[in-house]
Amino acid sequence: MSLQTEAVGLPSRFDIIRIEGFPLLPVLILGGIAFVAIFANVLAPYDPEIGSLAARFRPPAWQVGGSGEHLLGTDHLGRDVLSRLIFGARVSMVVGFTAVIVAGVIGTGLGIVSGFLGGWVDQVIMRITDTWLALPALTFAIFLTAIVGPSEMNIVIILGAVYWTRYARVIRGEVLSLKEREFVKLAIVAGCSKRTIMARHILPNVLNSAIVLGTLMLGVVIVTEAALSFLGVGVPPPKPAWGLMLADGKKGMMVGYWWLTVLPGVCIMLMVLSANLIGDWLRVKLDPQLRQL
Amino acid sequence: MSTHPLLQIDNLSTHYVSARGTRVVRAVDDVSLRIDAGETLGIVGESGSGKSTLALTILRLLPPAARVASGRMLFEGEDLLAKSDAEMRRVRGKRIAMILQDPMASLNPLFSIGDQVAEPIRVHEGVGRAAAWSRARELLKAVRIPSPQTRLLQHPHEMSGGMRQRIVGAIGISCEPRLLIADEPTTSLDLTIQAQYLNLLRELQRAHGLALIFITHNLGIVAKMCDQLAVMYAGRVVESGPVRQIFNAPAHPYTQALLNSIPRMSDNRNRLAAIDGQPPDLVALPPGCAFAPRCPSAFDRCRESPPSQLTFGDQRTVRCWLADAGSDAADSQVRKGAA
Repeated sequence: MSLQTEAVGLPSRFDIIRIEGFPLLPVLILGGIAFVAIFANVLAPYDPEIGSLAARFRPPAWQVGGSGEHLLGTDHLGRDVLSRLIFGARVSMVVGFTAVIVAGVIGTGLGIVSGFLGGWVDQVIMRITDTWLALPALTFAIFLTAIVGPSEMNIVIILGAVYWTRYARVIRGEVLSLKEREFVKLAIVAGCSKRTIMARHILPNVLNSAIVLGTLMLGVVIVTEAALSFLGVGVPPPKPAWGLMLADGKKGMMVGYWWLTVLPGVCIMLMVLSANLIGDWLRVKLDPQLRQL
Repeated sequence: MSTHPLLQIDNLSTHYVSARGTRVVRAVDDVSLRIDAGETLGIVGESGSGKSTLALTILRLLPPAARVASGRMLFEGEDLLAKSDAEMRRVRGKRIAMILQDPMASLNPLFSIGDQVAEPIRVHEGVGRAAAWSRARELLKAVRIPSPQTRLLQHPHEMSGGMRQRIVGAIGISCEPRLLIADEPTTSLDLTIQAQYLNLLRELQRAHGLALIFITHNLGIVAKMCDQLAVMYAGRVVESGPVRQIFNAPAHPYTQALLNSIPRMSDNRNRLAAIDGQPPDLVALPPGCAFAPRCPSAFDRCRESPPSQLTFGDQRTVRCWLADAGSDAADSQVRKGAA
């Protein structure tokens, strides 16, 4: 199959890498973070949750007083910063991806149902979405955690519950135009039930948009998770979340313990920036109208 | 069973009602038709004459604003209007299939041809994927797609327009329906492919003994394809009967005008014959015959009250006061139109 297509000079599926503007650096960064998150157990030199009080506030190896034992120094409890960053990547990745998926499943589902069924179902779902969108996301998330209490699992569910609205909006719009397409009408004429049509004809056609939205949401979700952890209503300590490290380290900023805040901050920034750049690129790539510009 | 027509429509009216119920559009008004098994019925009329609404009414797929105001639709002796939604779903695609106006866009770009041809078979007959696919391969062979096995795995964008069209035809006949409704299936095709496609439809019709309702505004296609013809104007069937008889001796002035407006090679008139005036506004129909304002032979009675449907000859009907005004006047009018 692939041999044939190459023989006649048609684009192969690997051409995606050669397309101009492919965000190589962001993909490497995000891929690197994912790699680190997956193999955190192997890569981290120390246990991220246990420190030794004898080795508090050690600076990074290249500074005066630093040593090769703790490459990126230690924090106020003598925990190894590098190990905490490595395990923190795991928290960010897990929370970020699962929350985006939870939000995507809820939002895409409701958007399809709303757009396809129309009528009062559409009205109800869209009015709920409007109300939801009117609430400030971060405040709403803090409010929800205050109710259910902070844990990694709860954060995922809360972020999903806060951010599904964007999917619902975008997907509903797509479905509205999709359901007027002839192939959907043909499926109706052929006697398919509404459920079959939504699952077989509508869903696959909106997946592109859902994926693009997902990559763009990834950054938002990670920042929100970091913010919640920073505020103390996110991932509970002693789990090493980047937002939490930022919060713990902020007092040391004034007395020169810069590595406790700058390093997790840089990690958050790189991850969010990479996610957004990849999302932007995907959006242009998958939207034929933008691609022709 | 054999005494019943396959589909019998009696005095069917479909109205579009505005949100406040103040405006009523009589899209289909008091239509009676019948079609026997294996027969082809052509429905012609200009845009907005209710052809497509009639087709959607038969399948009970009307938009929410539309209501079936009155009438009866008997399909194989069963009243379609009395069926539940679930029962209707089992009729659609299985016993009555439809080919849409733009078959080029009727295929889902994301699925392989095999999946799409097999879909109605799986939905209606509950057979497994493998069995449905082998049926799909037979169907592609039946619509003369070369190397069907390869084509099954391909996607719509890998096919030419004519091929996609034939595939839509294959989907239409996939569950061996008794009746196939084709709503202007050739408008988006160029002429050579049109002819091929029409021949194919005729062959499929003969092979499967299926009845065909052919909605079009192309009288040339009607002459080639159809046994029976119904001419619609402003939601009503103004004339119906066997195609040959209507073409030879049209009884309604509108049919005469339609036939006169076909350009002929032998014609050396400089201008094409057109029907003067505009089709009527369906919200505000004239009190009399809807065609009266454009009719060259309209008289007072035409403007005052609508003519009722008149049956004459062998299965012919017409809605015109001229035909009703005594057989002499009607006959002379018919002769004048035929001349």
